[in-house]
Amino acid sequence: MLARHNSPELSRRNFLIAGAAAGGGMMIGWAPAANARVEKDPPAMPDAYIRIDGRGHVTIVSPMIEMGQGTYTSLPMLVAEELDVDMANVSVAIAPPSDKLYGNPLLGNAQVTGGSTSIRGFYLPLRKTGAAARAMLISAAAKTWNVDPGTLRTEPGFVVDDSGKRRLSYGELADRAAKMPVPNDVQLKDASKFRIIGTPAKRLDVSGKVNGSAHYGIDAKVPNMKIATVAASPVFGGKLVSFDEAAVKKVPGVVQVVKLDNAIAVVGDHYWAAKKGIEAAAPVFDDGPHANVSTADVVSALAKAAEREGAVAKNEGNFASAFSSAASKVEATYEAPFLAHATMEPMNCTVSVTNDGCDIWVGTQIPVWAQQAVAKALNLETGQVRLHNHLLGGGFGRRLESDGIVQAALIAKQLAFPVKVVWSREEDIQHDMYRPYYYDRFSVGLDAQGMPIAWSHRIVGSSIMARWAPPLFKNGIDPDAVDGAADMPYAIENFRVEYVREEPPGIPTAFWRGVGPTHNVYVIESFIDELAGAAKKDPVEYRRALLQKNPRALHVLDRAAELSNWGKPLGPRQGRGVSVQQAFGTYMCQVAEVTVGEDGEVKVDRVFVVVDPGVVVNPDTVVAQVQSGVIFGITAVLWGEITVDKGRVQQTNFDDYRMLRIDEAPKIEVEIVKSSADPGGLGEPGTSGLAPAVLNAIHAATGVRLRKTPIDSKRLKAV
Amino acid sequence: MIKFKVNGKETSVDVPDDMPVLWVLRDVLGMTGTKFGCGIGQCGACTIHVDGEARRGCLTPVSDVAGVDITTIEGIGATPAGKAVQDAWLNLEVVQCGYCQSGQIMSASALLKGTPAPSDSDIDAAMTGNICRCGTYLRIRDAIKEAAKAVAEK
Repeated sequence: MLARHNSPELSRRNFLIAGAAAGGGMMIGWAPAANARVEKDPPAMPDAYIRIDGRGHVTIVSPMIEMGQGTYTSLPMLVAEELDVDMANVSVAIAPPSDKLYGNPLLGNAQVTGGSTSIRGFYLPLRKTGAAARAMLISAAAKTWNVDPGTLRTEPGFVVDDSGKRRLSYGELADRAAKMPVPNDVQLKDASKFRIIGTPAKRLDVSGKVNGSAHYGIDAKVPNMKIATVAASPVFGGKLVSFDEAAVKKVPGVVQVVKLDNAIAVVGDHYWAAKKGIEAAAPVFDDGPHANVSTADVVSALAKAAEREGAVAKNEGNFASAFSSAASKVEATYEAPFLAHATMEPMNCTVSVTNDGCDIWVGTQIPVWAQQAVAKALNLETGQVRLHNHLLGGGFGRRLESDGIVQAALIAKQLAFPVKVVWSREEDIQHDMYRPYYYDRFSVGLDAQGMPIAWSHRIVGSSIMARWAPPLFKNGIDPDAVDGAADMPYAIENFRVEYVREEPPGIPTAFWRGVGPTHNVYVIESFIDELAGAAKKDPVEYRRALLQKNPRALHVLDRAAELSNWGKPLGPRQGRGVSVQQAFGTYMCQVAEVTVGEDGEVKVDRVFVVVDPGVVVNPDTVVAQVQSGVIFGITAVLWGEITVDKGRVQQTNFDDYRMLRIDEAPKIEVEIVKSSADPGGLGEPGTSGLAPAVLNAIHAATGVRLRKTPIDSKRLKAV
Repeated sequence: MIKFKVNGKETSVDVPDDMPVLWVLRDVLGMTGTKFGCGIGQCGACTIHVDGEARRGCLTPVSDVAGVDITTIEGIGATPAGKAVQDAWLNLEVVQCGYCQSGQIMSASALLKGTPAPSDSDIDAAMTGNICRCGTYLRIRDAIKEAAKAVAEK
C-alpha cells in the first residue's frame, strides 16, 4: 500500500514509558518524546501496550485491529516471546484511537490497519516493549532479593534466582516493577531461542466467534438506541429531492425520517421498520452531473489516457533505443474492473450525539482518522469524539474509509437519541468505494533468444493515494498504483514504468485486498507468460532465466514447480498456470490447476502456494491467510466486476455479485519456506498472486489469452 | 403477540407478522449472535434452527414460528452436534473474521443432526448456502468431519 520497508526500529522520537496500573500491577508502552517527562504519571498512558496484573495475567492492547487476519494473536505473541509468558496467560484488548500510542511505524505512525503491515510494523517495537517489561520485572526481583539482576533469569511468568533457589511470579512483582527505571536499550532474544514466535498459537479472538458472544460494530447496543437504514442517491453526486412523507409515517415502528443532502435515512424501532420505511418513502433524487456515466465511457477515457506519456515511476537504461533495435516486439493491453469489497458485515455505525460531544461504536481500520472526520463533520474537537472500535466482520480495505461513519454521525446529529445505522447489502454494494478500474499497456522488446531487453509498462487508473493520503502522491506518481510494477521480481536492463492518473467521473475508488500488487501482479505475470509463449519457452523455465539474481523468488518458483508436478500432463481442457511475486516483503509462487468446461465455465481445481515471508510469527495464520487470499482472488478473477450504467452501480447483492462457495473451493496446498529474513506481510499476497496463475492455466488449457478480468467464459467455450 | 421458544425459553413479541425472525432476534430480543448478511437468503449468515431444521432467519417471517422452537447460535452449544461443531471449529482454527461463522455453525450442526457421517457432497449440499468472504471453506469441511467423528464416538 504505502509501506516500503520492513521492521523499523522504535522511532527516535518515541520512548518506552511505564507506570503503575490502576487497580494494581504495571503497564508499559511507548510515547512521543514530548510526553516522556510525565512517565511516572499513569493517566498519561492509560492504554499502554502491556498491562500485568497482580495475578500475573498479561493484557496486550493491540494497536492494530482484528479483521480475520489473526493480528490479535500474532502481535501478542511478539510481546509474550520477549516478556517470557505463556500465551495461555495472555489476553488481548482493543486499542482506543491514538496515533501517539498505537501508530503503525510503517504507515507514518498513523493508527491504520492495512497493507499487510501489522507484523512488519510492530515486529521490533512490540518485542522491545516486552523485553523492557521483563527487564523491569527482573530489576524488581533483584532489588527485593538484593542481588545483581545479571544473576537472575526468567521462566514463563516467573523471575528465578538459581543460586538462592527462589522465584517470584510476575504477578507478585508487578507493583514493584512499575517503579523501576525503564530501559530503552534492551537486548532482544536471538531467533534461535524463540519458543513462541514460529510455533502455531491458538487464536485469542475466536472463542466468542463460535457462540455468538463476539461483538462486531453491528452488534453495538446502547440504551434508548433506535435503528436506521439509508438510501443514498443511486448516482454518486446526486441530491435528495423529495420523498413520500405520508407513506413512510404510516409504516408501523417508524420513528423519524432524516434528510441528508444526498440521502434519506428512516429511523425505526428495528431494522425491519426502517427498511419498510425506506421502501415507502420512495425517495426521488436529482442525479446530478454523473447521471450518464457508464463503464464503457470510463474504459474509453482510460484507453485514451493510455496514449499520454505518464509520470515516470522508474526508468533504467534506455527503453526507446533498446526497443527500437529489439529482435522482436510484444505489445498488449490489460484491463482490471471496478470491484466491491462485500465484507460479510455490511457497513454500519452506531452514534450518540450529546451536549458534550459524540460516541461512535463501529469496527474500523482507521480509528483516529474516523474520529477526526466525525469531529470535522459535527464541528467538534477531536477529543469530543469518543470512538469505540470493534472486531471487524471483514475489512479488505472497505473499512479504511470513513464515509459511512460520517454519514451516521450526520444522521445522529438530527436525532434526540442514539442510532444504529445499518446499510442494506444493496446499499453496501452500490455505495462502496471501488477498487479502481485499471488499464495497462505493455511494450516489450525481446532479444534473439526471446528474452526481454526493453520493458515499458504504462499503468492508467485513478489514484487512491491522492485522495486518501495526499502527501504520498508525489510528482504525479501514486506509489500504490505502481507497487509491484516498478519493483517487480525480474531484472530487465532497459526498464520503464509510467503512471497516468485518470479519475472516473462519479465513481469513488479505494484500496481493495492486495492493493496495488493485486492489479500489477495480475498484468505482469500474465504478460510474462505471453513473452514466454513468444519465445516458445516453458513459463517456469522462462521465469527461472529471469530470476537468476533473485534467489528468494527463484526458490519459491522452484519449490512450487516441484510441488505441483509442473510439466506433468493433465487431462483435456485442463491446464496449469504459474505466478511469481515479491510484494509486501514476501515472496510467493502460486501454481493453479483449472478445468475449463465445454460451456466455458472455469473450475479452479487445485492451487499450490510456496511462500517465503521471512520470519514467521504464527505459521497456522500464514496458512490460513494464504488459503483466504486465494479464495478471495478466485471470486474476483472468475466473477468480480462492478459495472455502471446511467451513473448507477448495476450489481445489488450476492445473487448478482457472485462469491465463491464451499463446493467451488479448490484444494489449496501451502508450503512455507524457512527463512530468517525480516518478516513480510501475508494478508494480501494470496490474493495478488492468484488471478495470473488462473489466467495462465486457462491459456494452457484452451490456448485463449484473456487480458481482462473477470474471465469471459463465452470466449472459452469448446468449438 | 406471537409466542415461540428461543433456545428453550418461552418468548413473546409484539411485532408485525411479516417481520423476519432475524430482526426479532437482533433488534427486539437483543440476541446479536445471528448475523445479517444479505437479507435475501443468499449468504446464510442468519441461519437458525426452526424445529431442528436450518432456516434463513432473514426470510422467515415471525408469524411462521408461532408456537415452535427456535435454536440460535447462542443456544446451539447445548446440543451434542452443536457442541461438537463448536469444538472442532476451535480445534482446527476455522475462524477468521468470524462474522459468517454463526451461520456456518448452524448449518453444520443441522447437517450433522440429520447426516451423522456426511460425505463431501453432503457437506457441499448443506453448506453451499453459507458464504465466507475470508475463505475458510477448507477448514470448515475438515471441521465438520472432525465433529462428526466426535459425535459418533460419544
